[in-house]
Amino acid sequence: MRPFRYHRPADVADAVAVLAGEPHAAYLGGGTNLVDLMKLGVQRPELLVDVTRLPLDTVEELPDGGLRIGATVRNSDLAAHPAVRRDYPVLARALLAAASGQLRNLATTGGNLLQHTRCVYFQDTGKACNKRDPGSGCAALHGQNRDLAVLDWSEQCVATHPSDLAVALAALDAVVEVHESDGPRDVPLAALYRSPGAHPERETTLARGALITAVRLPPLPAARRSAYLKVRDRASFAFAAGSVAAVLDLDGDVVRDVRLAYGAVAHRPWRAYRAEEELRGRLFSPELAARAADAELAEARPLRHNGFKLPLTRAITVRVLSELAAS
Amino acid sequence: MRDGPENETTTDERHSSRVAFEVNGDRRELTLDNRTTLLDALREHLGLTGAKKGCDHGQCGSCTVLLDGRRAKSCLVFTVTVDGRSVVTVEGLAGPDDLSPLQAAFVAHDAFQCGYCTPGQLCSARGMLDEVARGWPSAVTDDLDSPPELTDAEIRERMAGNLCRCAAYPHIVAAIRETATAP
Repeated sequence: MRPFRYHRPADVADAVAVLAGEPHAAYLGGGTNLVDLMKLGVQRPELLVDVTRLPLDTVEELPDGGLRIGATVRNSDLAAHPAVRRDYPVLARALLAAASGQLRNLATTGGNLLQHTRCVYFQDTGKACNKRDPGSGCAALHGQNRDLAVLDWSEQCVATHPSDLAVALAALDAVVEVHESDGPRDVPLAALYRSPGAHPERETTLARGALITAVRLPPLPAARRSAYLKVRDRASFAFAAGSVAAVLDLDGDVVRDVRLAYGAVAHRPWRAYRAEEELRGRLFSPELAARAADAELAEARPLRHNGFKLPLTRAITVRVLSELAAS
Repeated sequence: MRDGPENETTTDERHSSRVAFEVNGDRRELTLDNRTTLLDALREHLGLTGAKKGCDHGQCGSCTVLLDGRRAKSCLVFTVTVDGRSVVTVEGLAGPDDLSPLQAAFVAHDAFQCGYCTPGQLCSARGMLDEVARGWPSAVTDDLDSPPELTDAEIRERMAGNLCRCAAYPHIVAAIRETATAP
């Protein structure tokens, strides 16, 4: 591992200013991804700016009924928060389905959103990877790509985003509060992540050195009937083979409103707008849910080893919506 | 205070830090290369070899300690970040001459074979039982609004971050169950 300097900033402005002045610096949150990537030689920062002691560790219930989650709130505390469990069960469920107890105690809200793909080629410095080393190629495209993308990938990158939390936040229309060197700004979660395109090394739309300070959830009473369904190769402590976050608002049997987002299918958490459109205003049935998933996946391009993700994503869509409808 | 081996890995002043933290109730102070993980500080600099290095990537759980009372994987924590914090390792779970109820239950239930993962299992179980006492739900908790009941399924899910290569899992579950339900 490359030697690094360590800085504990006095406040957000100090953190952002210090990072802006250093070309090879990184923020350190819970470290559950960054420390690992530093050991692997994938990330080689010369300076770590430890943001975990900034006063960003509270969850605040907003007057409008929404929620403001500080960037350094640990995943375990967020999952256990009474307002999250009551008003946004999809969020609690996504967090609890992720990682392990020890990791959730370390991992932060902001760090979770900015974690890197677990594509094995990205994590192996001996393999070609445009995300890690722009221009080197993509060994995954024709390699072992079972865990990788089926939607919106490019010839340059077929990685998926690994976060469960981000999938739930995508369904909830979360807004990410960031601080950049020219001040604070709100970024809708839907606009936070990029498609890989020709530049998979650029993962978000944030300016270099931007610090996530909070995530804001708008009020969504319908989210009290929400769920997160994650399918894994083993029962626990594994990344998703497929996942879906869902909010369902029924008027009798008619879908008044619905929010759907998929994990493990693309370079970003995938909000399923087309599927939602198919569902809205119609009489709910499992068949309708299947048609909605098919509409969303119509433009999917599975790779050699991951065709199973299409029927899997379809099946979990039907199951999560049917369970919500029956609840 | 020990001083010595850490200097072998210290590159220079810019890349090292003075760190003071509490370990099993004692205040310790070290000058460490910033790259030193908490696991390496405990094992290589403080002589506390209870916490084990298994995968060194946060996947196996054998390095689990309690950090400010919460279970964490010490292989993914740089020691420089724990300045002012408190750490409890397996050596601190009980006094030198006795066992904690959890440790006694592990012995009674034969909850290990080779024992390599055991310190991590014990620290993880200690932290996990505290999480249950605080009412934290898990992925297999049916009702997010009610206090969780510590069924075997709950124990297995909550201990998923600790691997046991000898597969002593059924006995580990039994030992934790007994500790949780003891009067």
